[in-house]
Parts: sequence; C-alpha cells; structure tokens
Amino acid sequence: MSENKNEKIDEVKNITESSDVLLDVKNLQVSFDTYGGEVKAVRGVSFTLDRGETLAVVGESGCGKSVTAQSIMQLIPMPPGKIKSGEVWLDGRDLLKYSDKEMEKVRGKEISMIFQDPMTSLNPTMKVGKQIMEALIKHQNMSKSQAKEKAVEMLKLVGLPNPERRVEQYAHEYSGGMRQRAMIAIALSCNPKLLIADEPTTALDVTIQAQIMELMADLQKKLDTAIILITHDLGVVADVAKKIAVMYAGVIIEYGTYRDIFYNPKHPYTWGLLLSVPRLDVNKDLRLIPIEGTPPDLISPPKGCPFASRCEHAMKICKEKMPEEIKVDSVESEDHFARCWLYNDLAPSVNNPVTERRARLNE
Amino acid sequence: MNETLISVRNLKKYFNVRGGKTLKAVDDISFDIHKGETLGLVGESGCGKSTAGRTIVRLYEATGGDIIYKDMNINNLNKKQLKDYTRHAQMIFQDPYASLNPRMTVTDIVGEGIDIHNLYKGMERQKRIYEILELVGLSREHANRFPHEFSGGQRQRIGVARALAIEPDFIVADEPISALDVSIQAQVVNLLKDLQDELNLTYLFIAHDLSMVKHLSDRVAVMYLGSIMELTESKELYDNPLHPYTKALMSAVPIPDPDVSRAKQRIILKGDVPSPIDVPAGCKFQGRCPLVEDICRVEKPELRQVIPGHEVACHMVKKP
Repeated sequence: MSENKNEKIDEVKNITESSDVLLDVKNLQVSFDTYGGEVKAVRGVSFTLDRGETLAVVGESGCGKSVTAQSIMQLIPMPPGKIKSGEVWLDGRDLLKYSDKEMEKVRGKEISMIFQDPMTSLNPTMKVGKQIMEALIKHQNMSKSQAKEKAVEMLKLVGLPNPERRVEQYAHEYSGGMRQRAMIAIALSCNPKLLIADEPTTALDVTIQAQIMELMADLQKKLDTAIILITHDLGVVADVAKKIAVMYAGVIIEYGTYRDIFYNPKHPYTWGLLLSVPRLDVNKDLRLIPIEGTPPDLISPPKGCPFASRCEHAMKICKEKMPEEIKVDSVESEDHFARCWLYNDLAPSVNNPVTERRARLNE
Repeated sequence: MNETLISVRNLKKYFNVRGGKTLKAVDDISFDIHKGETLGLVGESGCGKSTAGRTIVRLYEATGGDIIYKDMNINNLNKKQLKDYTRHAQMIFQDPYASLNPRMTVTDIVGEGIDIHNLYKGMERQKRIYEILELVGLSREHANRFPHEFSGGQRQRIGVARALAIEPDFIVADEPISALDVSIQAQVVNLLKDLQDELNLTYLFIAHDLSMVKHLSDRVAVMYLGSIMELTESKELYDNPLHPYTKALMSAVPIPDPDVSRAKQRIILKGDVPSPIDVPAGCKFQGRCPLVEDICRVEKPELRQVIPGHEVACHMVKKP
C-alpha cells in the first residue's frame, strides 16, 4: 500500500520535475491562539522558488518570516498554532495535506533547516557525528558504518579540521562557528532540494559570518540546493540573494529580484529599511532616516495597509483597504510586486528617496 | 576638541577561572578619550570590549593600570569620591529587556539616580523626570508605566533617560542598539547623536557592528583578545586599515548594496578567535594572521603611532 503511494508520488514528481519551480506557496495564513486573542502571524503569503535559487525573506522581528518558514516544514506547534489556509507545493505535492508520518520523509531529506542558534538546535547529549548519522540512516537506508563514513565526509565538506576526531565530540566542544558548520553538515547530508536558513549567521561574529556565508554559497553551487534565507541583515541579503521578499506585519509587501529591491524599490517600508542602515563604504556623513513608530499589533491588525500608520505617504484609502499586489516596473523585466496604493492609477506620484540618495552619493 | 577627558593607561582586568588559570579579558590597553568625542570600541565577542567599558565606569575593579578622569585616578577612590565619579560617568546597557527593573515604574527608574545623588526633591524632581523623558522622545504620560508596557526601542530610551537624569558628561554605551530592529536602531542612534550635540556629552560606544560604529564614532579602537590592535579616526580606519585583523574585519562586513558588496575582495580568516585563557606569547593574532613571521610568535607588538593620529600594534606594518 505504502509502496503504491510512493509510486504515485513518483509519478507526480516526473510530471513536475521538468519545470523550474521547486516550491510554490499559495495564500498561506497562520495564526496562534494566545491569552490575549488570536495572533495573525502570517496573513496570506504567496511566493515561488526555482530550483537552485536563493530567495531572501527580509523583515523585522515579528513580521512572520520565521513562521512562514516553519509552516513550510510544518514545524509550527499545534496548538497554539494553526495553519488557517494555504497550500505549500513542493515538486507538485501539497505538503500541508501530508500527515506527520509523511512529513517525516520530507523533513531532512527534501527540505532541511538551519537555525539561528546552533547551541540550542544541536542535541547536547549526543555526539555530533551521531546527529549527522541519524538522518542518513533514516532517509538513505545506510548502515551505521556507511553513515559514519559519510558523516566524516560531510564534516570535511563543511571545512572542519580533523573531522575523524570531531565526529566523536559533543556540541559543547565546538566553537560557535564550528557548531553552525555542523548544523549545515546535518542539513545537507541527504542532499535536500531546499535548505531553509533562519538567521543562520545572526549569532556569529562578522569574520565567522563571512566564512559561513561563503560555505553556503559554495555548497549551493556544488549540490544545486535552493535556499530560503531568512534574515534582517540587508548586507547579507545584498551578498547572496537572487530574489527578495520583504515582509511586514504578516504579509509580503514587496517582492522582486535583488536589483529591483536594492536599486528600484517601490514600497515605502522598503525605502525605510534601506535608508535606516549606515554603510561602511560611505564617508559622507548622511544622517540615518529611521522609520518612526512601531509595527502594528497582530491580534487586531489594521484593516488597511499595515504600514499606513508609519508611512509618510499614507492616503485615506491606505487606512481603509489593504492594497492588492500590484506589478511595478522592474530593472530586469522580471516579476516585481508591491502592495501599495501609491501604484494605483489615481495616486499622486512620489519621488523615490532611495534612488535619490544613490544619485546624491554618486555625485 | 582635543582636551582629554579620560585617560586609560595600561588597564588590565583579569578573571580567575577554574583550574587556577587566569582569563585576561583586558590585557594592558591604553587610550585617551577626548572631551565631546565618541570613541568607538569594536571587536568580536569575547575580545574584552564590554569588560573594558565596565571597568572604566568602575562596575569592575581593575586588576592593574590607571584610569584618569580629569585629575582623579578612579582606581583608588574612596567611597565618597567614587559616588562623585558615578555622577559624571554613566552607562547604557545592551539589553533593554534585562537592564530595567520590571517592578519599578519609569519615574522610579529615572529618579533613582536623582535620589542617590540628592539632586532634586519633590516637585522639582518630578519636573526633572518629565524633562528628561521628553528629551529622549518619550512623554510624561509614560512616567507611571512599567517597563513591560514599552517596545524595545522605547525601553532603550528609558535606559538613556536613566543615564542622563543626573547630568553626566561621560557615557559608556555598551551595544546599546544590537538588541533592536534595524528601523528602531536608527531612531536610537539619532537620539544619541542629538543628545551629544545638545548636552556636549562624551561617549565610549561599544559595538560589534562596524558600520554603525563608523557612522557614530569620531575615532575607533579595534580590540582583539584583550588588546587594542589599531586606533585611529573612523574615516581613516576604513580608508586605510593597517592591521591585518582590521583589514579582514573590514572586508568581512557586508554592504547593503549588491553591486558594491559582491565586487568586494574578501579576506576570509581561517579559524576562530582563540580562548583568552593561556594566550600564546607574542602577537595575539598570530594564529589567524596571513602575514605571520617568526618575530610575531616571540614578541608582543606594542601599539605605536605610524602615521600621525594612527596607531597600530603589528610588527609587519612599517612606517611609511
């Protein structure tokens, strides 16, 4: 019976394998029941991801970027969490329809995840080598000795010196950077098609961050893994992303290629993010432009645009009706969307402060 | 501008750790902080930058060396003199969630220093608290609330208000923005800048975010394993870094501009920062340094001036 099912799955796979789209998330809505009411953490998120591509999801704490990622893996604790609606298509299969048991075959094998804090995501009571072997034995039907060999190989691949000795050690014997390398080794051991990296370098120092980002880029090339990179660090995004989704208050407010988001951003929130960070390479003493105010409470999100209360261009309509995704012009003639009323035909035209600042810097 | 407010000379702070060993968190550092300037102190975690800051405001007792504030050596003050010093030197902490007492109202938190130093009483005191709250961008309606009622950025404003309440002239800000979201960071950084202009404050700004340190500081000291590796003006440090560690650090910082960042030549350092227990003889950076030579393993390089206003501790940097 289960074999039958697998065959069916394989059939579906064959049909979709030819297309470039690996992951297709449609109208995902996730809520959490809390003491104070229902927190609508993700409020209708849709995006697609091609094979081998890197998508960065950018946003501030509480914007729903991590919840989105965890929903793809079905790692949301339910209750209190619940996926209210949506579809998550991986290679032609809707993962949200999968049972826990079926998901086990997807997690670690087809989709892997690395987390912000490697110390709390590694098991402190288990040798690191054994943690890599677990997935190999479960998903690749390897014997213990084969798995161990592969574990050593993986640690070598992620650049740990002395891998033979390191497989026998525990996480506390590793440094922060080494732990994150071990996490990557575990995540990539079964050649997943998709790697979700949730703030993978936030807990690390910059010189170590540079090592880890370089490692991820190298491995992506070698293994052709698609990556969803979740971060708040625009610098890291600028380095590695091909596509970028900017999230705010549970919705994607702008989506485009990295060139569109950095050089031709359309949403006032994206402008705000880009103007509020200092740049190491700029000597002109430009004052930072903060985004005043704070994000809305997602227990009772505003019915209009969630950014309206902080937006200096807000119009009457913004407070009343949530803007739809509108296709805006793209520097690379690819998909570039913004959820903003400014791009309605009736709206006044507004100067783009990001391109203006660039022009000033280039003077 | 060049009047020295605080002079740190051969400051050491050691901790005893298990096994009878010593952890040299701050190992013989010297620098001056000028009146009205912001001195940035950068380095990776564990380099001793926070310990240095805490020792300078006497939250830690120094193991050795001198800290001269105006004419006082603050390492040997009696109780009364120390109280007088803390009136002038205040601190802002990293985590606005952990550094405010959850059982105290904003008035209590901001007023505590005023009471300790007996500055204002009664109506005057309340007036002063309102003034300070407005100065940091809060309002008097906030005065009777508790810390949990505020967002992270607002809490950090309370932390700033507490530090400013007793009119200090020197503030140690230890990673004051790293717990905040980017858009909120800019709010707090602008606030710190404005307050400095308005009140003629002197800052020691401790952070690991090089872009922010460069943005806010007049001069920057780069620390590694308890020692200062390089010290110069912030523009000069970026344009002309001399120490191999500073170069690597600068090159590792991603720039939020894809064309610039992707074209950047990166120096990727091998390995991690070694433990500050049992530091090897010679230069502390020898294990990761691409330029290392025999002398680096034997002799510790002193911080010396190679270009006017630009000090570096490296055997391999020659005077031009």
